[in-house]
Amino acid sequence: MTRSVKWSVLALSALLVACGSEAPPQQFGADPAIPEPQRRLVPEMSIAKPVPWNEMRPTVPQGYTISAIATGLLIPRQTLLMPNGDILVAEGRGGGAPALLPKDVIAGFLKSRGNTKVESGNRLTLLRDADGDGVYELNTVFADGLNAPFGMALVEGSLYVANQDELVRFAYSEGQTRAAGAPESVVKLPSQINHHWTKAMAASPDGRYLYVGIGSNSNITERGMAAEVDRAMVWRIDVASGAYKPYATGLRNPSALAIQPGTGTLWAAVNERDELGPNLTPDYLTSVREGGFYGWPYSYWGQHVDPRVRPQDPAKVASAITPDYALGSHVAPLGLDFSTPAMGAQFGDGAFVGQRGSWNREQPVGYNVVFVPFSGGRPAGDPVDFVYGFLGEDGKARGRPVGVTVDPRGALIVADDLANTVWRVTPVR
Amino acid sequence: MSVAVERSYPRPLHPLHTVALAGTIPLFGGALLADVAYAYSYQIQWTNFASWLNAGGLVFGGLVLVWASVALLRGERHRWRPVVYALVLLALCIAGFLNSLVHARDAWGAMPLGLVLSAVCTVLACVATWIGLAGRRELQR
Repeated sequence: MTRSVKWSVLALSALLVACGSEAPPQQFGADPAIPEPQRRLVPEMSIAKPVPWNEMRPTVPQGYTISAIATGLLIPRQTLLMPNGDILVAEGRGGGAPALLPKDVIAGFLKSRGNTKVESGNRLTLLRDADGDGVYELNTVFADGLNAPFGMALVEGSLYVANQDELVRFAYSEGQTRAAGAPESVVKLPSQINHHWTKAMAASPDGRYLYVGIGSNSNITERGMAAEVDRAMVWRIDVASGAYKPYATGLRNPSALAIQPGTGTLWAAVNERDELGPNLTPDYLTSVREGGFYGWPYSYWGQHVDPRVRPQDPAKVASAITPDYALGSHVAPLGLDFSTPAMGAQFGDGAFVGQRGSWNREQPVGYNVVFVPFSGGRPAGDPVDFVYGFLGEDGKARGRPVGVTVDPRGALIVADDLANTVWRVTPVR
Repeated sequence: MSVAVERSYPRPLHPLHTVALAGTIPLFGGALLADVAYAYSYQIQWTNFASWLNAGGLVFGGLVLVWASVALLRGERHRWRPVVYALVLLALCIAGFLNSLVHARDAWGAMPLGLVLSAVCTVLACVATWIGLAGRRELQR
């Protein structure tokens, strides 16, 4: 190899490295950078190859420890903490929207390579640690025969489960380990096509209402506006009657909901649109205002018009609320819960967000659980990595964190839908 | 009379070759019409039709390109017509492939570039079909 060839190879690889390691911009908080949309001929796709954890563990901050409290599950998504400390795990895979375009066939195949291959559980598993030693020795099926259950809530002796097509109710008494029978239907949920199938759920503090997040039926209206009736919104459902109304709209995929302790305000973690470039559009965390419109599909992050939507709607764009807090583009938040002082001084006031990780970005982002510090009931400061290392330095994915639940006794429960594991993070005492 | 010349060159196109070649016109032309309908109506189904019609045109065009390339390699190089025929087909396939990528963008993201590329493909499909079929007729007279 001559010297000049050597140098050009070096220069070329330096160029490649420089392109590859382009640092993601700081896109956190109330005023994120919103670059111009990029429209490339082929959307950026980067799917991390899944590998097992073996002896490795996710990384947690100093002073905390993590352990797997359940493995071998059938796609755990969300968890619910019962009053006696039992944990319910909702397991399943929903969706299955048909391929509409040649592109759907190809993209569907590529994305499936980053997911688990196990069959959908369609069930709730109950985990119990009777002696409080941190080992959940009981692992039993609480209910099965469900349809891709996701959101769960316990309201006055009733366990509500949001299947991908229906809200159902089980009678529940403390200490129960198996549902007494099949659940009763409360109300059907929008389920045609079900492009974004997850039905996140939270109960109002007084137990009167359930809030259910219903994702859009497309990335950006490519299945037509008729498919978006009753989609991209949060419903408020009256528990007693099953009557519902749109509580807030324009939320593309509100895949995690939680009630803020103290204020009783509903907060949502929302997955925003893809294919506008690596740094658009920021996924976000926001308080949800009754009657509020948050932009989808006409605009993002307030009044930034999405050129892919026709007909446009300037009046709706003008009314769009800017969300409270950007989490970064493509991080894919799928879990949200508020912390408690028992989680330790640094992580006591704020919200945990489980971020499943990106596909529409050359440099992957997400694949972690972050802590968003709050002060005076509002987000204050950049997110802090709380559980990470799901995407290894070798570029392979060992897990993908989704649902997060705070145990008031001082623990964070994390569902990992790639490793089919439930993790528990506790402060070292 | 040169009966031998008529029989040996050019051979009539194989019926399947003819069908695939002529089929590119309604497929790419259909994609163009569907794009125009989408541009006027904003009804998403039109752009879905355009995507699949373009994909179908690409399959037919690709088959014909292979056929024409093989014919070229088998010794018809000294004539300009088979060379131009293959080049137009190559241009058609490249434009059709770009069009498939543009149509893979969601909703109005495919426009207006998708409509322009569908028009280019339609013109190229007409030119390729003309060259492919007209030459034989003239020589057989």
